[in-house]
Amino acid sequence: MRSLKLPAVSGFDEMIAPGGGARPHYTSYHDWLLRQDRGLLQRKRKEAELQFHRVGITFNVYGEDSGTERLIPFDTLPRVIPASEWDLLERGAIQRVNALNLFLHDIYHDQNIIRDGRIPAEQIFGNSQYQPCMQDVDLHNQVYSHISGVDLIRDGEGDWYVLEDNLRTPSGVSYMIENRRMMMRLFPELFAEQTVAPVEHYPTLLLETLQQSASYSHPTVVLLTPGQFNSAYFEHAFLAQQMGIELVEGADLFVKDGFVYMRTTAGPQRVDVIYRRIDDDFLDPLAFRSDSMLGVPGLLSVYRQGNVVLANAVGTGVGDDKSIYPYVPDMIRFYLDEEPILNNVPTWQCRKPDDLKEVLERLPELVVKEVHGAGGYGMLVGPAASQAEVELFRDRLLADPENYIAQPTLSLSTCPIFVEEGIAPRHIDLRPFVLSGNETRVVPGGLTRVAMKSGSLVVNSSQGGGTKDTWVLEGGEET
Amino acid sequence: MLSRTASDLYWLSRYFERAENTARMLDVVWNLSLIRFAVDTQAEIAAPLAITGTGDHYGSRYGKVTIQNVLFFFTLDADSPASIYSCLRQARASAHAVRGKITAEMWESVNSTWLELKDIRQMGLQAYGETAFFEWVKNRSHLFRGATYGTLMRSDTFRFLRLGTFIERADNTARILDVKHREGQQESNTTLDYYRWHALLRSVGAYEAFREMFSETINAERVAELLILRPEVPRSLLSCLQMLCELLPSIEGNAGLESKRLAAVQLARLQYGDMNHIVDIGLHDYLTDFLRRVNELADTIQSEYLELV
Repeated sequence: MRSLKLPAVSGFDEMIAPGGGARPHYTSYHDWLLRQDRGLLQRKRKEAELQFHRVGITFNVYGEDSGTERLIPFDTLPRVIPASEWDLLERGAIQRVNALNLFLHDIYHDQNIIRDGRIPAEQIFGNSQYQPCMQDVDLHNQVYSHISGVDLIRDGEGDWYVLEDNLRTPSGVSYMIENRRMMMRLFPELFAEQTVAPVEHYPTLLLETLQQSASYSHPTVVLLTPGQFNSAYFEHAFLAQQMGIELVEGADLFVKDGFVYMRTTAGPQRVDVIYRRIDDDFLDPLAFRSDSMLGVPGLLSVYRQGNVVLANAVGTGVGDDKSIYPYVPDMIRFYLDEEPILNNVPTWQCRKPDDLKEVLERLPELVVKEVHGAGGYGMLVGPAASQAEVELFRDRLLADPENYIAQPTLSLSTCPIFVEEGIAPRHIDLRPFVLSGNETRVVPGGLTRVAMKSGSLVVNSSQGGGTKDTWVLEGGEET
Repeated sequence: MLSRTASDLYWLSRYFERAENTARMLDVVWNLSLIRFAVDTQAEIAAPLAITGTGDHYGSRYGKVTIQNVLFFFTLDADSPASIYSCLRQARASAHAVRGKITAEMWESVNSTWLELKDIRQMGLQAYGETAFFEWVKNRSHLFRGATYGTLMRSDTFRFLRLGTFIERADNTARILDVKHREGQQESNTTLDYYRWHALLRSVGAYEAFREMFSETINAERVAELLILRPEVPRSLLSCLQMLCELLPSIEGNAGLESKRLAAVQLARLQYGDMNHIVDIGLHDYLTDFLRRVNELADTIQSEYLELV
């Protein structure tokens, strides 16, 4: 049987089995791909680029001229996950987010997990993301993280791991939806042939989740954006439009007599739920950073009185911090009395002297991350780093060990993408989006991010990473 | 609707309308500059500077008034706030801010206009062709309006867009008429006069309307009547005010009392206006007074609906 010829790759490839030939759930797509001439993929890629430009699906890059808009590279080969495997990921992600919500409620109330000695108190109270102002604030349904992104990877053996949790303002879901629309536009015949689970109802589920975050029915929901120069502005506008809610900036809102209002052409209108895409620090200049121009003065006091809902809640950052990450499996056991369905990546906490010693010894082979870092900034990928970079990190680790964790360099799984030279494997990860309202739900699929450079493990869009459509395939069982 | 959103919608359509009217105005100037009369056409070439009140800004940048410089100043000059380039940049920025409120087709028409304009700017006006460029601007404006009419829900989103269009159009029609009129007064040359009024009618797309409504030779008084008092002509001052008076009361809520009053007063002045009366006052004084009133209305709309107070 004919098979796609790919440049040699070590580790786990999503499409091609070790002996050559497509994995069972990829057979149909793989055979279709073999029948296409290279010109078709070239043309389709051009068409996709033109269309994304025309529609303006762009993101802004920090550190470049303000207003600089770029396309996130989009790859036309889908990443396919069989339904049986998705079932595991879905259950695992829901379990994890449920435990994290229970954890957040606990640490802002009775703190049983600390009393029980599972997590050292200083790891919570010394964490810059911990918000003392949230102590004893009661939230509807006890949900803190209404929208969560769980970043998943596979190692060389094909085993799944959770790389990190995103409980603050996880982004990328608009690309999940737009990528699907693009694929259906480019390759309608593929969708006629196979049963790909739909993702386009995500905005409906999101709106339900936001409405359920208030204790009363028919709340007025708005989306709070930092404005059009924010890197994710496209997504904010997209989601607000899809949900049919107002896209507001801080200056559109004001606080009066214990409630939040927005300024409208017909006068002030009360706001009940704010889906905020602004970090805690910038929400309210009276409570947090006084130099913030993005927030709403007095918002926090209204929030603490229970007269407005913020999604996600204030203070969720302590749950997705890399210094808390190693404790998540224990949280699952502690709160749910279940074994974790998804594994953590083994992690050394550099604040522990023994861990630090081992990390320093093995530095060139490890990945080192700042505990509060995000977006691929401020990390060391040992095997890809120069001697000088490794030594720089050694100094940083010694100066401030508490600020770092380290993990083995996992060879992320690869998936073929279309590049200038043809089709070649590139490393990928997966971010499903978990919604917590009256129940916890996940849309089947997520955002597959791709490291566009050969061998690179950095998939972040701020670092040049791209995306692919993600197909959860009914009937495409792994055998 | 959020006041900020309403403001972006209003300014989106104002800037797009201004770009279109600028193209219309330049088209006339460009064509007149090509027709060499026995007389100097310098006044015609300088007319856009007078219409838009940008003479000083132009003078400080370019000095001498030449057709090439004036055209560049009003088309692709990124540093001139009066240029089509600047108008469409502003329109696109406003559209970007409210892209969730307008339909995908409307946004795409604004965005692709902007992307094409950047390409044209690279190419240069002469290389693209002056007339072709003016037609392109008009066509892009038609496309945006068509996308708006054909796809946008009839809500306040639609109404604030339309509000911007008619405020801007009323202002622009009055200005273009005023300048042409003043030129006509300065020197009397029957042939040139004919071409001036002919060109003006063409620029606002009202030549056919004139022919259909009046059987006489094109002359200043009839053109003024057409563009001030006739409800059949979509760019006339009366048509603009009729639209404004229809739009303002249909906006949700009870705000905007003063805006509605000012618009209604001005509508009555036009509805019951009389050409003989306008000639008695003098067309220039009449139009000066009209512009003052329209700008007062625009300021009132700004403060009653659009500002964050």
